[in-house]
Amino acid sequence: MTYPENLKYTKEHEWVSVEGDTGTVGITYHAQKELGDIVYVDLPKLGAAVEAGKSFGSVESVKAVSDIYSPVTGEIVGINSLLAEAPEKLNEDPHGAAWLVKIKLASPAELDALLSAAEYEAYIGG
Amino acid sequence: MSQTAELRKTPLNAVHHASGARMVDFGGWEMPVQYSGILDEHAAVRTAVGLFDVSHMGEIEVRGPEALSLVNQVSTNNAAKLTAGQAHYAGLLYEHGGFADDILVHKVADDSYFLCVNASNQDKDFEHIASQNKWDCTVENAGARYAQIAVQGPKAQATLQKLTSVDLSSIRYYRFVDGEVSGAPARIARTGYTGEDGFEIYVAPEQAEARWKELLEAGADFGIKPCGLGARNTLRLEAAMALYGHEIDATISPLEAGLEWIVKFDKGDFTGRAALEKQKAAGVKRRLIGFEMQGRGIGRDGYEVRVGGAAAGWVTSGGPAPALNKNIGMCYLPAGVAVPGTAIEVVVRNQPVPAVTVPLPFYKRAK
Repeated sequence: MTYPENLKYTKEHEWVSVEGDTGTVGITYHAQKELGDIVYVDLPKLGAAVEAGKSFGSVESVKAVSDIYSPVTGEIVGINSLLAEAPEKLNEDPHGAAWLVKIKLASPAELDALLSAAEYEAYIGG
Repeated sequence: MSQTAELRKTPLNAVHHASGARMVDFGGWEMPVQYSGILDEHAAVRTAVGLFDVSHMGEIEVRGPEALSLVNQVSTNNAAKLTAGQAHYAGLLYEHGGFADDILVHKVADDSYFLCVNASNQDKDFEHIASQNKWDCTVENAGARYAQIAVQGPKAQATLQKLTSVDLSSIRYYRFVDGEVSGAPARIARTGYTGEDGFEIYVAPEQAEARWKELLEAGADFGIKPCGLGARNTLRLEAAMALYGHEIDATISPLEAGLEWIVKFDKGDFTGRAALEKQKAAGVKRRLIGFEMQGRGIGRDGYEVRVGGAAAGWVTSGGPAPALNKNIGMCYLPAGVAVPGTAIEVVVRNQPVPAVTVPLPFYKRAK
């Protein structure tokens, strides 16, 4: 698996891609693989405030519940409605169609602390 | 992550690693939790056939002229009713009526019984049984002499039949035969923990790897899948079979767990009998019942259950039911409300989510 260069990654296995002042957030290929078959995704409501490093929701596989930690601080401005009906999309396209939320960034400088694709790959052991 | 170096390994451990199974610490054993994926493996068992390494399970043998007396003292079911080649489910209780374990009792002969016990309880069970041995029986903690492989699903018989001269169609449910698989001695029992038809095969540890590979090959035409403990758990949950440490433990009696059918009060004395009689006379205060989630969310093991807004019980096992496309679980509730149709709430990460109690089991195979 090669991780897209245009995404930034967390050690908790989320990614964020930024366009203007909005970040799109998802979980990584590695995260979905570790979780196994994903059956449920719990996301915050539009307008909710999220904080970098704090849990804003959860992803559940058949076996386990895993918290999702926000890579950035800001406000939820978009939710992927696909996942309520088809959580298994997270196993199929975690870096694309199965993004989780869009966040209006409060402090874009936070992005500098995140991992590059190469750093993330090294972190998860290639 | 736990230190895998300290974990106990089954004879199939290297095979699991070589086939890319995800391994986890399960009660001190390094076991495969999944191969291709829990949903995929679950579906294989419900529709075709799946293969499980359950060599971590313990085996305890009770032998001697008075073997029946010891078995009937330590277990709740009546082993006097078994014929040679027959098995039954039973509770192994403490004096206070709580479960030390749940076990399968196989009658090999009048003077020989073979008990299959839970992996993490086997040493404790052995001590528990040996300590009650006033009949001079031989009690052997024999887990190291057996590997156990489960072949489960509607195509289990067709798969296994390719490898044995034993006429499998003649082995009825909860019967077993000491025969052979691929020419090597095997105890072949028509038992399982999935809610499907199938067999549990006990072989010598050094035979396990060859049998595993042959079974995968024999089942290839049917779409056999090697399965991990993840699918084993979702399958047994749909079938509402108890898991020690969840539905049953030292604080739970068979009467509470919906297992009165394995308690034979008319057989004479057994360990835990007095406590159970007392509990029965006083009335059972809490009972196990099934539930289905109605709101969004999955009730999982240990979550609080509320009735009328107040804490009333807890989820023993819960999760998605892959074959039923629902989120299900089992829970303990006060006996008065532990009946199908009670509106309850399961507290999922501080949020009460509506659910309703339903009868057990959730899944029953078509006969």
